[in-house]
Amino acid sequence: MWEQLADLYATYQSTLGYIGINSLLALSVYTTLSCGQLALGSAGFAAIGAYAAALLTMRAGAPFPLALLAAALLPAAVAVPLGLPVLRLRGVFLAIATIGFGEVVRLGIVNWDYVNGAQGIVAIPQKASLWMIFLAVAVALFALGRLRGSKWGFALEAIREDEPAARTMGIATTSYKLAMLVAGAALAGVAGGLEAHFTFMVAPNGFGFGRVVDMLVFAMVGGAQVFWGPVVGAAFLTLLPEILREVAPLVGIEPGPLRLMVNGLVLLAVILFLPNGIVSLPQRLRELRQARRAAA
Amino acid sequence: MGQQIINGLFLGSIYALFALGYTLVFGVLDILNLAHAAVFMLASFVALALVGHGIPILLALPLAVLFAGLLGVALERIAFRPLRGRADSNISGLISSLAMATVFEAVALEIWGPNISRFPFGTVPETQFSLFGGVVSKLQLAIIAVAVVLFLALTWLVKATRLGREVRAVAESPRAARILGVDVDRAISASFFISSALGGAAGVLFGLAFNSISPDMGRSVELKGLAVIILGGMGSMPGAVMAGFALGLTEVFVVANLGASWRDAVSFAGLFLVLVLRPRGLLGTAALREA
Repeated sequence: MWEQLADLYATYQSTLGYIGINSLLALSVYTTLSCGQLALGSAGFAAIGAYAAALLTMRAGAPFPLALLAAALLPAAVAVPLGLPVLRLRGVFLAIATIGFGEVVRLGIVNWDYVNGAQGIVAIPQKASLWMIFLAVAVALFALGRLRGSKWGFALEAIREDEPAARTMGIATTSYKLAMLVAGAALAGVAGGLEAHFTFMVAPNGFGFGRVVDMLVFAMVGGAQVFWGPVVGAAFLTLLPEILREVAPLVGIEPGPLRLMVNGLVLLAVILFLPNGIVSLPQRLRELRQARRAAA
Repeated sequence: MGQQIINGLFLGSIYALFALGYTLVFGVLDILNLAHAAVFMLASFVALALVGHGIPILLALPLAVLFAGLLGVALERIAFRPLRGRADSNISGLISSLAMATVFEAVALEIWGPNISRFPFGTVPETQFSLFGGVVSKLQLAIIAVAVVLFLALTWLVKATRLGREVRAVAESPRAARILGVDVDRAISASFFISSALGGAAGVLFGLAFNSISPDMGRSVELKGLAVIILGGMGSMPGAVMAGFALGLTEVFVVANLGASWRDAVSFAGLFLVLVLRPRGLLGTAALREA
C-alpha cells in the first residue's frame, strides 16, 4: 500500500509541482482581475523572478529562501513604475500594454549575454520541493481569502463593478489597483523562482505571450469570481494533458493537437456557458434544476 | 539604403494588411479579435493545399481569401455573438477569441504537423530587377501592390457604399443603428468577413514572401499587429496602414544597424511608449472610453 503510494508520488511528483506553480501563476493574474483589470504582465514578472532567483543561488551562492524573497521583491518593485502609467489605461489597452511589457522583458533576456540569451540557464540546483510550492500556494490563498469581506475586499469589488462610482465614493482606485498589480507581480516572481529550482532550467522563451495566455486560461476556466477558482482551474488544466495522453490513441489524434483542441474547447465552453468558471458548476446545475422544477 | 527602403515597404505592406482587419473589428465592436492571427495562418495553409492540388497561385489566393472571410463569419457566430450584451463583453470576447485561436491552431497542427511547410518551387516567378539602387523581386512588388489595392478598396467600401455606412453606424452606436433600421447582425458579420479576408490575404502573402508556413506563424505577427494598431490609433484604418509601413521600415533599419535580435524588442518598446505617452495613437481621435 505505502509502496504503491510512493510509486504514485514519484510518477506524479512533477505534475503535482506544476499544479502548484501554475496555481501561483493563475493567482497572479487573478489579483488584478479581482478589481476588474486585465493585466497580462505576469509572464514578464515570472521571468524576472526566475532569473533573479537562479542568478542568486548559482552565481552569488545565496541561500534559497533569500533567493525566493528576491524573486518576490524584484518583480514587485518593477510593478510600481510599470503600474503607475499603465493602470490609467482601461480594458484591452491595459492588456496590450502589459503584453508589450512582457515581450520587452523576454526580448531583453534574449539579448542579455550574461544569462546566455535565448539558450537560458541550465543546471540550476534543485532546491524547490513540493512542500515549499504548496506552502506558497497556501499562503497566497490565505492572504487572498482574508481579503473577502474586509474593507479592502469591498473596495476591490466596488472598483470591479463600477470604477468611476468607486472613485466618487472616495476609494483611492489607483492605489488599490497598483497594490493588486504589485501583489500579482510578487506571486508570479515566486512562482518563477520556484519553477527555476524545480525544473533546473530557465529560458526566456518559456515566458512568452503563450505562457501568460495559459495563466489567464487557468484563472478563467477555474473561475475568477472567487479566490480559489484559479487554483481549481490550474489543477484541472494541468492534469488534463495527463488524462489526454491516455485517451489520444483511442480517438486517433496526436496528443499535442488533441491537448490544444481540448484546451480551446474547454475555454470556449466555459466562457459561453459558465462565465464564472467550473467552480460555479454546482450552483449553475442547481439553478437549472430549480428552473426545470418551476416549469413542471 | 534603397534596398532597405524596398524591404521595409514590403514587410510593412504585410503588417498593414494584417492590421487593417484587426483594427476594423476593433473599431466596430470594441473587441480585440485574438483569433485574427490564426485565420492568417489557416488561410496560408489553405493556399498551400490548393497549390499542392495543382491550382495556380493566382486562383488559390482569392480562394484562400474567401475561405478566410467565411471563417471570420463563423468565428463571429460562435465566439462573439453569444457574448454580445454581456457586461464584460470586451474581456470575455478577447478570451473566447483566444479559445478559437487555440482550436484553429490544433486543427492546423493535426493536419499539417508542427514543421515548416513550403510552397513548391516555381509557384511564383522568381524574376528580380533593380530599382533605386536595390534588388527587388516581382513578388515583392506584387505584394506591395496587392496591399495598396486592398487598402483603397476597403476605404471605398467603408466611405462610399451603403454597407460601409451601416458598418460605421454600428461602430458609432449599435442601438441607434438598430433604431434607424440597420441590420446590426448583418453589418457585424460583414465586418468580420472583410476583416478576416484581409487577414487571410496577409497570411497568404506572408507565406509566399518568406516561403515558410507553420501552425505558429501567426504568433509574432499577432503581437506586432497589436503594436501597429496601437501606434495607428485603435479603430483607425489609415492609421493602421501608416503604422504598418512605419513598423516595417523601422524593423528593417534596426536589423541593418543594431542586429536582428533587437528587431522585435524595438517594436514592443515602441508599443509600450505609445500607450504610456499617447494612448490614442498617431491618428486615433476617440478618447479612451470610460466604462
